[in-house]
Amino acid sequence: MSQYIANTRIQQEDMLKEMGLRSMEDLFVDIPEEVRLRENLNLPEPLSEPELVSFMRRLARKNYNGNEFSCFLGAGAYDHFIPSVVDHLISRQEFYTAYTPYQPEISQGTLRSIFEYQTMICELTGMDVANASMYDGASALGEAALMACAAVKRNKVLVARTVHPESREVINTYCKFKGIEVVEFGFRDGQIDLEDLESRMSSDTAAVIVQNPNFFGVIELLKEAGEIAHRHKALLIASVDPISLALLKPPGEAGADIVVGEGQSLGNPLNFGGPYLGFFAVEKKFMRKIPGRIVGETVDNLGRRGYVLTLQTREQHIRREKATSNICSNQALCALAATIYLTLLGKEGLKEAAELSLQKAHYTYDRLIKTGKFSPVFNAPFFKEFVVKSRTPVSALNKKLFESKIIGGYDLAKSYQEIPGGWLVAVTEKPTKEEIDILVGKAGEI
Amino acid sequence: MKDNALIFEISKPGRKAYSLPDCDVPKQNVEDLIPGEYLRDTAPVLPEVSELDAVRHFTRLSQLNHGVDTGFYPLGSCTMKYNPKVNEALSRLDGFTQIHPYQDETTVQGALKLMYDMDKMLSEITGMERVTLQPAAGAHGEMTGQMIIKAYHEHRGETQRTKMVVPDAAHGTNPASAVMAGFDTIEVKSDDRGGVDIEALKSVMSNEIAGLMLTNPNTLGLFDENIKEIAKIVHQAGGILYYDGANANAILGISRPGDMGFDVVHLNLHKTFSAPHGGGGPGSGPVGVKKELVPFLPKPLVEFKEGSYYLDDDRPLSIGKVKSFYGNFNVVVKAYTYILSMGADGLRQVSEGAVLNANYIAHKLKDKYLLPFDRVCMHECVFSCQKQKNKGVSTLDIAKRLLDFGFHPPTIYFPLIVHEALMVEPTESESKESLDEFIKAMRQIDQEVDTDPQQVLEAPHNTSVGRLDETLAARKPVLRWMPKE
Amino acid sequence: MEIEKGLKYTKEHEWIRVEGNKAYIGITDYAQRHLGDIVFVELPEVDDEFNAGDTLGTVESVKAVSDVYTQISGQVVEINEELLDNPGMMNKEPYESWLACIEFTDTSELDQLMDAEDYKKFCTEED
Repeated sequence: MSQYIANTRIQQEDMLKEMGLRSMEDLFVDIPEEVRLRENLNLPEPLSEPELVSFMRRLARKNYNGNEFSCFLGAGAYDHFIPSVVDHLISRQEFYTAYTPYQPEISQGTLRSIFEYQTMICELTGMDVANASMYDGASALGEAALMACAAVKRNKVLVARTVHPESREVINTYCKFKGIEVVEFGFRDGQIDLEDLESRMSSDTAAVIVQNPNFFGVIELLKEAGEIAHRHKALLIASVDPISLALLKPPGEAGADIVVGEGQSLGNPLNFGGPYLGFFAVEKKFMRKIPGRIVGETVDNLGRRGYVLTLQTREQHIRREKATSNICSNQALCALAATIYLTLLGKEGLKEAAELSLQKAHYTYDRLIKTGKFSPVFNAPFFKEFVVKSRTPVSALNKKLFESKIIGGYDLAKSYQEIPGGWLVAVTEKPTKEEIDILVGKAGEI
Repeated sequence: MKDNALIFEISKPGRKAYSLPDCDVPKQNVEDLIPGEYLRDTAPVLPEVSELDAVRHFTRLSQLNHGVDTGFYPLGSCTMKYNPKVNEALSRLDGFTQIHPYQDETTVQGALKLMYDMDKMLSEITGMERVTLQPAAGAHGEMTGQMIIKAYHEHRGETQRTKMVVPDAAHGTNPASAVMAGFDTIEVKSDDRGGVDIEALKSVMSNEIAGLMLTNPNTLGLFDENIKEIAKIVHQAGGILYYDGANANAILGISRPGDMGFDVVHLNLHKTFSAPHGGGGPGSGPVGVKKELVPFLPKPLVEFKEGSYYLDDDRPLSIGKVKSFYGNFNVVVKAYTYILSMGADGLRQVSEGAVLNANYIAHKLKDKYLLPFDRVCMHECVFSCQKQKNKGVSTLDIAKRLLDFGFHPPTIYFPLIVHEALMVEPTESESKESLDEFIKAMRQIDQEVDTDPQQVLEAPHNTSVGRLDETLAARKPVLRWMPKE
Repeated sequence: MEIEKGLKYTKEHEWIRVEGNKAYIGITDYAQRHLGDIVFVELPEVDDEFNAGDTLGTVESVKAVSDVYTQISGQVVEINEELLDNPGMMNKEPYESWLACIEFTDTSELDQLMDAEDYKKFCTEED
């Protein structure tokens, strides 16, 4: 018997006997014989713990990981530094083995930390209300599009082509099955093309979706997009990088009605793409229209402060087919990691991490241009990620860098054929000047 | 430090809990890099605490939670089984956590093999052709499955199939997920044994039906013995049969959804396959489909050719993407190690153990608590506290009283078709001894309903907070902490 | 359970007070008891047009939502904004707490509704 099954065979037999049953078979009498599986599943032979450990270590070694390489690859998933405290605390069983906090009396830890998380997201984004998290930044955008259409009772969203290509794909999937039209608008010199946006606005446009900094790392024309959207009584949905918000104007101030974003940068490892978390924040007037869980403050029978899941009538377990979304489980533990990360870095640390990324990214950019092997693509301000045009094909360039223990930037031609040779390079606070100089040196040699 | 303080309330300007390197590249003025109009004027109000402040704060918070490692957690429909520690340790290997989703495929062959194997193993367990690992949770899997069904019908030109049938006993996510895929829902009643009412089902079948969403065993913990007939009815009407895998812990190695006649299945790796629930996620909700639906799965899928694994994005009929990258990969790692440690025998024993434990509880409590469907159940049993309710004590009160005994209460007031429902799912992880403790507590509470009802009505008595005022929370929502002016 | 005389009632547990060509619509004592503490109400907007059977608004408690329907066609001329700040009024004084007032032309729709006595019988059957 497996170490994960508590009862011994003798105990199991005793229990059966006590119920007046003869064998395990008697427990499955309701399953018609024709659908019973009478042979073993075709699965690998079970591994003991030592066998499992060595098998998995071998498998892990087949992945070249960022701890052995300098990582200049971003494009939506960033290699920011994670303090040791984060994993230490989220590894406490009381956090990670608990379910959704349905019984508040024994879930105050989860509930209070979500309340703190909601506060931090509101502070960063400049919005009034945040939920407890979504699956990731892209699905948060999909849900934001649906919410906007429901809120303003219109059926079309305009999405900037400077939004992450995968996010645009997810928005498309979420919208097309609901009969919502998704129209993309273009960019000019790395930022959204305001004229193109204006020309595509119509009386059925529910929302304009913009990412800031955008997929190219460029600071977007958020305010201008908001003005156009609002003039047509549509909403502005902004997808933002939370680290950038230590420096950049909160999207709420720039006129965004719904602010979402990928929260991975906040204390969550790259994890080959997941689990991450999406944050989701709105103005107060949309409080009852947002998807997902929300925690609120209240008092107990003795007047003591406490926290509960609230505004639950929006949700699927009550409103069923009329719910604002079907989301149930979200990414609570990833949101907890973000909360702990933001606590540790705090007001000053987050700004330092953002400024270090900004400075190092600009240093890298300037040095790359100086090699003469790369040319500027856009003349627009950027934060921690930028595009340069490479003379050598990007795949060959990255291959060469890999030999020097460097994971190079994203090959932009995969998603933007109009930018051939485009190399999207991300620089966090992690790489040292020495590592950057090696990158520049190797990239310049080719 | 105040025991119930928020992290913001223990903040002291100037304190820090981080250590970052000095800037080693030539520093430029921030305003020279980003025009002032884009910069924020005031810093976000984030905590300023020492590292120990932070560690103590979150450690204290954790102590206010009940986890599976703390004690019995028989939350029905949630499969709160033990989360093996080796899964945690192995999923934290750098080779899994420190890899970027856009790394060249040749540099992540281990991760791709894991995903490929998982597709194969989950296909085998469910009797499906292929499995996508992209959905992030059960409800996300449901939505994905529903979209696949819609895309399938539309591809065949059957655009009139806009209605999804959902039994009244279904999880709330079912109708909500069908709506996310653009379907209208039709509710069908359960029969007097908790199964799908065959006549009611037949009466709603038409060429507008896209399919039926079913949980089997259903939310009453009962296996629908008419499943073959149900499948026939749905298929004859041209519909697709969808399997909600929330209750799959009852059938591993015992019966496969594919053999029952289901065409689309989602699984909850954080329930059935031992990945932890994390206080509300991250989960993972893979979706498996039969052969004719494979072209519609989200992209990419992992394929294997000439000795190496690769991501196949060339899927013209795919519904697209439901999430960035490839799903909650690190959660999949935990389920993968679980399946490798269990093997085929082990998984069957899981379901046998889970079903045995549920029946044992039903047997030992049914003289005190009404068992509306008194027959062999599967991995969970559903009581009604109607007898106790008649004496003035509600299911909620009983649940709260259980807290005093150190147990997480069962799921309450679900399924909706049972009055005063109390849904117990013990899982295979629990020993007879812990079940007996729970049974003893439940019997004592029943006795208290007669002898000392106040004890139950005023419960819990020894938790960090008492019953919280949910009405106040909803009437005057306070959803964030506000800094004092 | 209170049932006020002189009002019209629906099977969805709404009451209607007719004053000339205006109909004030609220939810009954029976409805508020089944919902429990009401925490939120969503009202229509003035000038909104409705047909009989349309959803006029929603009433929410902590764990339940109930649509409020109008069985009278017409245009909203007034809404009870007081309820937005104090939805608990519907628990305390259900028959004072109208949600909206509709101006109607088709009086025949009124004939479809129950009077207090019929509604009392209807509620007994519902339980």
